[in-house]
Amino acid sequence: MKNLDSVFAAYIIGWGVFFLFYASIAKRTSDLRAEVERLKSALPRSK
Amino acid sequence: MGKRIVLGAVAILLVIAAAYASFYVAPEERTMGIIQRIFYFHVGSAWAGMLAFFVCFIGNLMYVWKREPKYDWLGVAGAEVGLVFTTVVLITGPIWAHPVWGIWWTWDARLTSTFVLWLLYVSYLLLRSLIEEPDRRALLSALFGIFAFIDVPLVFGAIRWWRTQHPSPVIMGGPGSGLDPIMRNVLFFSGLAMCVFMAFLIAERYALEKMRSEVDILKREAEAQ
Repeated sequence: MKNLDSVFAAYIIGWGVFFLFYASIAKRTSDLRAEVERLKSALPRSK
Repeated sequence: MGKRIVLGAVAILLVIAAAYASFYVAPEERTMGIIQRIFYFHVGSAWAGMLAFFVCFIGNLMYVWKREPKYDWLGVAGAEVGLVFTTVVLITGPIWAHPVWGIWWTWDARLTSTFVLWLLYVSYLLLRSLIEEPDRRALLSALFGIFAFIDVPLVFGAIRWWRTQHPSPVIMGGPGSGLDPIMRNVLFFSGLAMCVFMAFLIAERYALEKMRSEVDILKREAEAQ
């Protein structure tokens, strides 16, 4: 089928971009969660 | 968190159904053939991107008016998600255009205004990364975001007001324009699916920004002690 590879490329690259973006949100959320835990445990000690 | 998981699950089911409808329900376009099926993904992503920028615009306006951090979070979430959808539009468009037009890109009004829109929201995010002080960052980026949104109506109107290489509008295009009823239904369904997916990503990104704000408060408390 003519141009099937282009259709396939468009969907794969497009969903790849969405996946990378969602992965970056998940990574940033995980890093911040670790930071919150670190700060919360540090704060009572300094009081 | 629970609501976001439900929204994510609904969004994934909808985009899978939309992809199925694009390939197995919509009829094949007579002149372009299978390559035209990119249309449902490309246009759905464009609608979702525009809506995300509108969410950003509302967040920016509300921040300037109320000065509440939640509107700044909404602004940055809308801008980042809108940018991702516009990136997908700018990638899928040339992949569709190349076999049909014989070129990947041309500087016509629709393509150029979309690329400018992409650059404007990249600038919005760069501006935010350059300002340390949270209130100043929120206000300046809100003002810039309001300015950036001016390009959205230009993107919408580009194929209505000027003669372009990009196809004429098939929805709200005036007399002579239109789409096969099944194609139109699949397009609307794909647009809805992408908008629900966009809402899910904005909810996730908003939660991230809210958490970042909490971290900033905790850091300030730690520094004060």
